Amino acid sequence: MYWNQEIECMPRKELDELKLRRLKETVFRVYSFVPSYKAKMDEMGVNPGDIQKLEDISKLPFTTKQDLRDNYPFGLFAVPMTDVVRIHSSSGTTGKPTVVGYTRRDLERWAELMARALTCAGATRHSVVQNAYGYGLFTGGLGVHYGAEKIGASVIPSSGGNTKRQIMLMQDFGTTHLTCTPSYALYMYEVMTEMGIDPSELKLKSGIFGAEPWSENMRRDLENRLQIDAFDIYGLSEIMGPGVAIECPEKNGLHFFEDNFIVEIINPETGEVLPPGEKGELVLTTINKEALPMIRYRTRDLTSLNIEACSCGRTHVKMSKVLGRSDDMVIIRGVNVFPSMVESVLLNIANVEPYYLLVVERRNNLDELEVWVEVSEKAFSDEVRKLEQLGKTITRELESSLGVAVKVKLVEPKSLQRSEGKAKRVEDRRQF
Amino acid sequence: MVKQISVFLENKAGRLASVTKVLGDHRINIRALSIADTSDFGILRLIVNDPEKAYGVLKKAGYTVSETEVIAVEVPDTPGGLARVLDIMGEASINIEYLYAFIGKASDDALVIFKVEDPERAVQVFETRGVNVLDSSKVYTL
Repeated sequence: MYWNQEIECMPRKELDELKLRRLKETVFRVYSFVPSYKAKMDEMGVNPGDIQKLEDISKLPFTTKQDLRDNYPFGLFAVPMTDVVRIHSSSGTTGKPTVVGYTRRDLERWAELMARALTCAGATRHSVVQNAYGYGLFTGGLGVHYGAEKIGASVIPSSGGNTKRQIMLMQDFGTTHLTCTPSYALYMYEVMTEMGIDPSELKLKSGIFGAEPWSENMRRDLENRLQIDAFDIYGLSEIMGPGVAIECPEKNGLHFFEDNFIVEIINPETGEVLPPGEKGELVLTTINKEALPMIRYRTRDLTSLNIEACSCGRTHVKMSKVLGRSDDMVIIRGVNVFPSMVESVLLNIANVEPYYLLVVERRNNLDELEVWVEVSEKAFSDEVRKLEQLGKTITRELESSLGVAVKVKLVEPKSLQRSEGKAKRVEDRRQF
Repeated sequence: MVKQISVFLENKAGRLASVTKVLGDHRINIRALSIADTSDFGILRLIVNDPEKAYGVLKKAGYTVSETEVIAVEVPDTPGGLARVLDIMGEASINIEYLYAFIGKASDDALVIFKVEDPERAVQVFETRGVNVLDSSKVYTL
């Protein structure tokens, strides 16, 4: 099933022509309207006229999350604010969050891509889509919402949380498609079991799961337990939000929507572009976006590309499930957590030194974050009460800054690895 | 005033053993000890014969150590002995952070280590009420 067969199955030659036209236009636009892009391109001695074929994209500078922070809040926007009709923002609150904007046309295109993604995962106007991604500044909720409405499905904007009610809605409203993080779906299954509900009695047909990495093992669990088809959806707010890539029924990779994005894989150390099939860091360029075009955005997600023809009929390039990160960001319940955020919180607490380790575990299908902090001589007390107070202070500060629940564990000094160039700040014990 | 050495310990097997080994290797004798523990960590409190040396060697061995001033009080080793001392402290509104007791081998009295908010005032109160506060040198050489 296709939402837009003409585009989704477009022959490679035509697709590449379309991409080149849009790339040229995007580069011209950012060079003209976004000072920071112009400065970078001038510095590299490249101008819009140098982009004559698709491979010329490698002449362009990379864009990173830091560029978004440096240009906080709207510095990378390529349109006046009067044309911006929606603003989303990242969850990170230490330092500056990353801010993204959309014109009315951007929102229409986003809904179009989400409509393609949902259709690819089997949803139609007859479907009942329960959207348990968080609504709000996070792009997940609203992104999925408008795509589901576009295909004419009946949308239940249940947002995250309140699991028993989610399950009641599922039963009573006859949900056919569930959209949420894969870990939340597994948790829903457990609550169903506790409530004595057999998933086979539900009308659930498929789940569209994303916002965190998940494995083939997890797919098997989700499919067996909930008795559904489980599809991986990929997206990130900097590029658009959910709907950047979607798994087709082949379930062996996620198709990008190449009429909107140019996809590259690079060596994260050298920045060199790697051929299809090689594992590296995913780099995305938006070529159909007005408010916030992104040139060669370094996603830090590790994957590889597959350009072979897919039996689903889509001609657009596929990537393997995301294999990890080229930085040490961890995603906990859909929230991006960087060790550097933990560090800056610790540095702001009197007498606490920034020696710490993030330990991530998955218990009962929910991610739990432990932060181990070394007790310095200055922070140490011979009284239990004072040390417990210290632990509580750190917990409170971390939680308010990271936006996720944290368990703080005080550990002996020098028990955590010291920085020797690249310190190990994260121990991810989850089995994806 | 008596100097107590406090050491931060993670709740892991062998931590206490390794602290005591460091002390033993440096011929430091433990006079009294107590451990306060929570589910995640413990605080080892020690009275030793040479607190300065103990502080130094433990610190060098990588432990988080602190020195705390505590009061050692002789309490008659008879029923009601401790109650009387605590009554005196209660009347004088002396706040106790923690205490631990041990029985000395040199006298018939029990010894109680008190950590209080204001140790100097506590010592004054004890002296005026006839409670015997032990000199630090005496405690270290018990």
